[in-house]
Amino acid sequence: MIEIEGVSFAHRGTPVLRDVTVSLPKGGLTALIGPNGAGKSTLLSLVARLQPLQSGRIAVDGMPVDRTPGRLLARSLTIMRQDTGPVGRLTVRELVGFGRFPHSRGRQTAEDHRHIDASLERFDLGDLAARGLDTLSGGQRQRAFVAMAFCQGTDYLLLDEPLNNLDPMYGRQMMRHLRDVVDGGQRTVVIVLHDINYAAAYADRILAMKDGRILADGTPAEVLTPDRLEALFGYRMEVREFEGRVHVLHHGP
Amino acid sequence: MTRAGAAGVLVLVALCGASLATGVADLSAGGAESVDTLLISRLPRTLAVVLVGAGLAVAGLVMQTLARNRFVDPGIAGTEQSAALGILLATLLWPAAPLPATMLAATLAALAGSGVFLALAQRLPPTEPHLMPLFGLIYGGVITAGVTFVAWHMDLLQYLDIWLNGDFSGVLRGRYELLWAIAAMVGLAWWLADALTIASLGREVGTGLGLDYDRMLRLGLLIVAMVSALTVVVVGLIPFVGLIVPNLVSRLRGDNLRGTLPWVALGGAALTLACDVLGRVLRYPYEIPVGTTLGVVGAAGFLALLARELRHG
Repeated sequence: MIEIEGVSFAHRGTPVLRDVTVSLPKGGLTALIGPNGAGKSTLLSLVARLQPLQSGRIAVDGMPVDRTPGRLLARSLTIMRQDTGPVGRLTVRELVGFGRFPHSRGRQTAEDHRHIDASLERFDLGDLAARGLDTLSGGQRQRAFVAMAFCQGTDYLLLDEPLNNLDPMYGRQMMRHLRDVVDGGQRTVVIVLHDINYAAAYADRILAMKDGRILADGTPAEVLTPDRLEALFGYRMEVREFEGRVHVLHHGP
Repeated sequence: MTRAGAAGVLVLVALCGASLATGVADLSAGGAESVDTLLISRLPRTLAVVLVGAGLAVAGLVMQTLARNRFVDPGIAGTEQSAALGILLATLLWPAAPLPATMLAATLAALAGSGVFLALAQRLPPTEPHLMPLFGLIYGGVITAGVTFVAWHMDLLQYLDIWLNGDFSGVLRGRYELLWAIAAMVGLAWWLADALTIASLGREVGTGLGLDYDRMLRLGLLIVAMVSALTVVVVGLIPFVGLIVPNLVSRLRGDNLRGTLPWVALGGAALTLACDVLGRVLRYPYEIPVGTTLGVVGAAGFLALLARELRHG
């Protein structure tokens, strides 16, 4: 379980998160949605201890993230951020293999290789395994980084906009893989999504954030109502139900 | 060992042979005198070149990894210049300082110099990778200017050349053994190879993989500073090895340090040996310091690298 309690955060005096309290039980796919600047990425990065906590408490399976050794936490929780910066001349396989670092510290065992092969296969990277990251397209590179996070074998996967750069085919495939990861094992996925309809189609639970607060928390059908969406994004959207799933028509003229 | 690896080691062995055979004294006569020349002068010199060359190349690789920029090394980004400043200050404040004290002063100054460089360089926009070497050149130039100014004031200019232009001709048995500490630093880098490669992916990816990024940064700086300080104290500043060799190896072998670090060490030793031997034969029986030959060879290589990288975007 991820427990977030009374977390506030300010960036150079500007409040980004205001007293956020929420807990995410183990299992399930939770989507964070909300307008730009709502604090979604900051919340995720605080859970993954990429930034120091300013106030409040965050614990993952009872381990406080600010006081647990990084290596220990890296076996329970992993994060993939949207911008990875410049990458060197590493092959896809080498990168995915670094997902095993928290377990093997570089001395890869047969089990590590099994994990690496499984991740490459799951994210459709088998043909690219020997390619250099610097020769890949943005979307392919993105998949390689998600495969690395998956290869880490943690109970919790935090993903910050993993669908950036992906075409519809790979976007859908990515969400289906993440759904499999949640359904097949006892894994928990927390994902920042910009496309509300991906959240509607694949998430078990949606946290809607605005101005550093959680505005709504519940199943897609509970959260994605015209009133709530207007409060979130500032304009009226039509919401339809189609084959048991909610669809938000947010792009009309 | 792979075939390429065997070929590389053969080249290095051949260069070591050339280094042992090159010099004013004629060894072909044989006898006790020749053995003495070999053991007291030629062998220590060859070992010193190998240690310094391998160490500087690895230090360059570590610095490039931590800075996430291919175009910096301890020679152009102020680390070796800072070490020279440390030696100068130690000489001024404690003229009779024993070698370990000078060494300590040089190491501390090199640590400070490279630490400040990395801290400042992180503020440069990552979208403009060519700003960092320019900034490094200016930063190193400012430190050199400081060193020259102090030395001029204290009437120590004649020493300056010893520190700022590397030269192996003064290496004799009993006067280079400190350099073996470089081997320990190369060993440390090898031990950290996986963690260093992960650090090259940035602080966030590293932290996500359970890497203690700040500890990694401190250990990396220690490697860079120690190698630079040892080099400057014993033989003087040697440019470009740390820049050119890691870039060439990266192009041929990629950036996974576990696989490339031995190549970088081997390449650094080979390049420095070749330039040292070249300096000894060009104006035989006189010598051109290795700092000069490497400066010419290295500057040309560096420009070629920059031009290539610019052309390929």
